Amino acid sequence: MYTLFKIELYKIFKRPRTYIAFIAITALIGIIQLGLKVDGKEYISFVLGDLSNTLQINGNLCNGYFVCYCILQLLLVHVPLLIALIAADMISGEANMGTLRLLLSKPISRSEVIIGKFLAASVYTIFLLIWLAFLALIVSIFIFGTDDIFLIKNNYAVQIAANDIMWRYAGAFIFAALAMLTVTALAFFLSVFAENSIGPIVATISIIIFFTIFSTMSIPLFNKIKPFLFTTHMVAWKEFFDVKVDENNISIAGSIYRPDKIIYSAMVLIIHIVTLVSISIYALKKKDILS
Amino acid sequence: MKQKIVLIITLCTSSFFIQAQDVNDLIDKVKQKMDLVNSYSVEAKMKTSVAFIKAPIGKVKIYFKKPDQIKLFKEKGISILPKGGVSVNFFTILNNSNLSIIDAGTTTVNGTSTRIVKLLPLSETSEIIISTLYIDEKNLLIRKSSTTTRENGSFEMEMFYGELQNFGLPSKMVFSFNVKDYKIPKGVTLDIDDDLSKEEKKKFQNKKGKIEFNYSNYIINKGIPNNIF
Amino acid sequence: MQNTDIIQVKNLSKQFSKIHAVNDISFTVQQGDIYGFLGQNGAGKSTTIRMLLTLIKPTSGSIKIFGKDLQDNKKEILKNIGAIIEKPDVYKFLTAYQNLKIFAQLSGCKVSKEMLMNQLEMVGLASRAYDVVKTFSQGMKQRLGIAIALIHNPDVIILDEPTNGLDPQGIADIRNLIKRLSKEFNKTVLISSHLLNEIEQVATKILIIDKGKKIIEGTKQELLDPEQTIVEFETIEAEKAREKLIFSKWNTDTIFQNYNNISLSLPYEQIPSFHKFLAENNIPVFSFHQRNSLEDYFIKVTKENDVHAI
Repeated sequence: MYTLFKIELYKIFKRPRTYIAFIAITALIGIIQLGLKVDGKEYISFVLGDLSNTLQINGNLCNGYFVCYCILQLLLVHVPLLIALIAADMISGEANMGTLRLLLSKPISRSEVIIGKFLAASVYTIFLLIWLAFLALIVSIFIFGTDDIFLIKNNYAVQIAANDIMWRYAGAFIFAALAMLTVTALAFFLSVFAENSIGPIVATISIIIFFTIFSTMSIPLFNKIKPFLFTTHMVAWKEFFDVKVDENNISIAGSIYRPDKIIYSAMVLIIHIVTLVSISIYALKKKDILS
Repeated sequence: MKQKIVLIITLCTSSFFIQAQDVNDLIDKVKQKMDLVNSYSVEAKMKTSVAFIKAPIGKVKIYFKKPDQIKLFKEKGISILPKGGVSVNFFTILNNSNLSIIDAGTTTVNGTSTRIVKLLPLSETSEIIISTLYIDEKNLLIRKSSTTTRENGSFEMEMFYGELQNFGLPSKMVFSFNVKDYKIPKGVTLDIDDDLSKEEKKKFQNKKGKIEFNYSNYIINKGIPNNIF
Repeated sequence: MQNTDIIQVKNLSKQFSKIHAVNDISFTVQQGDIYGFLGQNGAGKSTTIRMLLTLIKPTSGSIKIFGKDLQDNKKEILKNIGAIIEKPDVYKFLTAYQNLKIFAQLSGCKVSKEMLMNQLEMVGLASRAYDVVKTFSQGMKQRLGIAIALIHNPDVIILDEPTNGLDPQGIADIRNLIKRLSKEFNKTVLISSHLLNEIEQVATKILIIDKGKKIIEGTKQELLDPEQTIVEFETIEAEKAREKLIFSKWNTDTIFQNYNNISLSLPYEQIPSFHKFLAENNIPVFSFHQRNSLEDYFIKVTKENDVHAI
């Protein structure tokens, strides 16, 4: 299986379309950084809203850490499309190219094919995320400098000291990787049932959009199904940027407000990944290869 | 009988004049004490306690130079202060000659007996509308103040003194103020959850805010360059 | 000496919904055979081949290769099989060399640059080894497919429509390669085609399949009517030759003239006396060949199958 994994990784990085995602992310992040560099103050005023009428908040609010947070908020909705471009092509692309029948007539089990391909797609996802992390965090720090991060949540604001942030980003990116791997697993799963990749790509994005709507709208009817949707749990990376407070409402450095939420969401995502990959194995084993 | 009435009236009037003189005297004595300090710098730990803001303890440095230059300086990090607030300065208030001073009786503040003195700037353009000082007569220290401003609402300051009470410099100050409720569009936060308990939501709607400064390492009268301000 | 049974198919069926793509087929391929799998388009040849390669799961029946059950010993068996399934699709964004290397590795063989280049040399693609397959013609892709099928030196080679898209030289090359594989290397070759000419020229055994059912199986000699052989000759006096034939004992309704070429059907053992007839009548012959027409046989047999179906 290691041979197959290496071959799959080789094939992924030999295809020009793989680099579209890296270029797209670079361009998107560049645009956001440019916008915030030029109009950061206005954006901060908008974000602070009414708060700036009562309070004077001094410091470099539009710093690298804040910019990175904004980028993650925006891009973790769009990055799934870029992941689907590759993951949704893993099986259906082979069927479309006609190489699936040759591949599956080789002495490798279909389980090995699924696992090897999924691992390769996962490595691609992680590389993409590492690139995103580099641009969003390191380059933002370089352009905007560092300071405490001041974030507005739904009901309150959180200020986290500069020396208490990096480890949170490490955790957030690891969690984001898990979230993106869920998208990889979904796209991959859909790819097993199709003979060309357009269907699975569109289906993956549609499912994410559809589920995100359910996850974000505060309608009692939707509240019942929210806990089961992976899109509800994909945003749990934000929990790394919330802190516990003491009896005087002073934030406790090094703390996470709801660590149980992170763990729970991580488990839900892992279950999704395992389930989707398992069904993919089962489906491919049962499938008659007619392409 | 007539003589008795005159005596009573004289005594009352004298008493009134004595009291009135006492208040002005008191203010003058407090001013004199404050005048001992031409400049100071101090490090402070700043604890921001606003219901809907979770903030860490910050370290700031405060610089003061007579008569009215004051600067709060945070080397690194974000500071959250009430608008127009913390740089309120008793020197400016007390040295304002265009001021009406009213004795408002006595009360106890944190276990200390204090004189209530109301200061009304007579200028119509003054930012401060009224400032009430709670002065510890015995030690000539302002224990508490309550100020209403034109633009930035009302706030209270409570001072706690230690070694430097002879200079009128507190070791701790608690600054209390009101905050308006705020709303932010969900699209900006892109947060999914709204699963706070009712108690938490209520807590976050508390409109009182407090900043506590714990001072240390005062450097008094060593000179502060103007470019700091 | 009895040859070993390499492929044993028993009562193999495949049903897709209500369609019986393959219906109770049984056959045996022995070592060294060039086994021709013959049938019209849609007869069930590709479905059968895909079942042999575990691409499709049979509805019923069994397949044994090298004496072992295919389903239970898939990896071990497939290590020793090379195949082209319909047109040989490869990764168009990779070069010929890269494609060959990938599939060689997947086949489980140890790969070296020398080995890969030798293989490409064998199929005439060495000069294009580092060109992306996107730039290849159909014939070149077919040759690459053959290289991939043979790179791991399998004992069984399954070729599904291997001459598709090839020019006459290419077809001839494939034919010669197949014969070499069988004769020189004792490989077992299963070749399927709807091109009867091709099967006829290489196969040692033939199975005819129609509408998912086996029609008949046997050697070429067993299948064909030993009574009738078609002879064709070329002469510049075609008209004269035709006239002579009509007034001879060779007159049958099988005489056919196409410019300078005349063909007719006659019993195999009468061929020598036919040669004599031509010589005695001074008919100049520039070329002469005989063919046992599998095409005629095939059409006949499949028509019968239609009749029986009615």
